[in-house]
Amino acid sequence: MSVAVSVKLAPVVAPPARGGLALKVAGLSHRYGNLNVLEDIELSIEPGNVAVLVGPSGCGKSTLLNIIGGLLEPTAGKVTCAGEIADDCINPFTYVFQDFALLPWRTVGGNISLVLEDARLSARDRARRIDEVLDLTGLADFKDAYPAQLSGGMRQRVGISRALSVRPACLMMDEPLSALDAQSRLLLLEEFAQIIDRARTTTVYVTHNLNEAVRLGHQIVVLSRRPGRVKEIIGIDRPITERRAGDADLIEIEAHVWDLIRNEAAIADKELGHAGDH
Amino acid sequence: MPAITERVVPFRARGFAPRDLPVMGAASIAGLVLLWQIGSSLGWISPVFLPAPLQVAQAIYRMTVSGELWRHLSASLWRIALGWTLGTLIGVSAGFAMGLFTLARSPMQAFVGILFPVPKIALVPLFVIWFGIDEASKIATIAIGVFFPTVISTAAGVEAVQKNLIRLGQSFNLTRWSIITKIILPGALPSMLAGFRITLSVSILLLVAAEMIGAQRGLGAYILRAGDLFQTDQLIGGVVVLAVLGLAFVGLLGLVERRLLRWR
Ligand SMILES: Nc1ncnc2c1ncn2[C@@H]1O[C@H](COP(=O)(O)OP(=O)(O)OP(=O)(O)O)[C@@H](O)[C@H]1O
Ligand SMILES: [Mg+2]
Repeated sequence: MSVAVSVKLAPVVAPPARGGLALKVAGLSHRYGNLNVLEDIELSIEPGNVAVLVGPSGCGKSTLLNIIGGLLEPTAGKVTCAGEIADDCINPFTYVFQDFALLPWRTVGGNISLVLEDARLSARDRARRIDEVLDLTGLADFKDAYPAQLSGGMRQRVGISRALSVRPACLMMDEPLSALDAQSRLLLLEEFAQIIDRARTTTVYVTHNLNEAVRLGHQIVVLSRRPGRVKEIIGIDRPITERRAGDADLIEIEAHVWDLIRNEAAIADKELGHAGDH
Repeated sequence: MPAITERVVPFRARGFAPRDLPVMGAASIAGLVLLWQIGSSLGWISPVFLPAPLQVAQAIYRMTVSGELWRHLSASLWRIALGWTLGTLIGVSAGFAMGLFTLARSPMQAFVGILFPVPKIALVPLFVIWFGIDEASKIATIAIGVFFPTVISTAAGVEAVQKNLIRLGQSFNLTRWSIITKIILPGALPSMLAGFRITLSVSILLLVAAEMIGAQRGLGAYILRAGDLFQTDQLIGGVVVLAVLGLAFVGLLGLVERRLLRWR
């Protein structure tokens, strides 16, 4: 693996107010065969911040996310992280998938149990963690239901519960709301804002939806069309939980981001080779 | 202005939706047997060619009380149990290897591709030479016949497991063993069970073929001997026992399926 994960101790002065790892992407490029997907990406994410990756479709957002989380080896460059990983963290880099990725033969509780069973946890601790995350996402009554019995929104709540149960240092979310209907998406967006704010883990969030981007992001990373390069990074300092749909500053940033990518998106839309990854 | 007549929009989506009526299935079998019995009673069907259902029932009854049925059935069941289990164990392991490992994949595909279409009955004489006329050759025949469909259905099942679920396991740092047993195995199970449905009937087929060569006991030997002696009531009786055996296997597998695939 060329993803160098160098875990350094946090500086002694001023302990970070937020948990999680600082992430740094340096000189990162990726190609699939002859297809140049990412070029010279430089990015750093503060511990506990939410970085939202936006850009025209096919520009390499999912590729970048998978490289950051160690599911894909980059052609060049590296990803490093810094900071302490808590003792109770079972899986530092944890994904929430667009298609939920739930095992249909396991119940809601069983799906969460799956990712805890390989860890050194007593059966009691495991059960406690499961109950804890199910309470957090309002799924307590659905513990014994099978995924097929749940709506899309509920399934993604299971996905987020599962991710939280391992107490991640980094949450990686690839369009977690895009498979949902518009209403579930709005509801879950509010919940995500609460959950992400409370968990205070470093989060990398990929979306096509600029409204989601300005609601959740501390830094919005705008990528150019393929080969993806960082076009601009926009910071939003306001706490996530204080943001509301329709806030003037958010609308302004959303419009600005759309200006940045509209032309590129239009061109990317007409390109061939949208094999996609899902 | 012309008068506008109101018409009902006709319903056009009729048909193409057959329903299951289990009662009709049973009734049609019963009806056929009844016709057969009537034909025999009226002398339209010669008892030498086709004995009446009642005669067959009597033959089965005599065979049961004399203990002969159990003598043959137990030998056959034992062979199927051993042969099927052996073929299934090796087939499932090989199917997993084929679905999981690059090194096993192409060689096994070639091997299976060449040998699968060969009728295994053609190999029975060879097995008799290799393993002797006794139990071993019969069990080997069943095992090899069960092996190939099992490999194919297992490998297909393993390949059909959604890649995103394997990705999920890897992204949560699950061990290889956990990914295989908790994600791939349950994911491949529906296809494997469909394969078992085939191999159970294949094992009955090969059992009878193997028992027709140099066996004293077993349903195949019994049927062969009845045929040699023109005792068609016993012959049909043996066939009925085989049919019941097949039904029992299917029923048993249905139970297992319903238990294991409850999540569907
Ligand atoms: N495994 C792969 N092999 C070859 N090409 C790939 C592979 N995965 C993705 N690609 C291509 O690389 C490019 C970037 O893909 P990626 O999925 O990272 O883009 P994306 O920004 O996430 O797109 P989307 O917005 O559609 O989700 C696309 O053109 C895609 O077709
Ligand atoms: Mg993508």
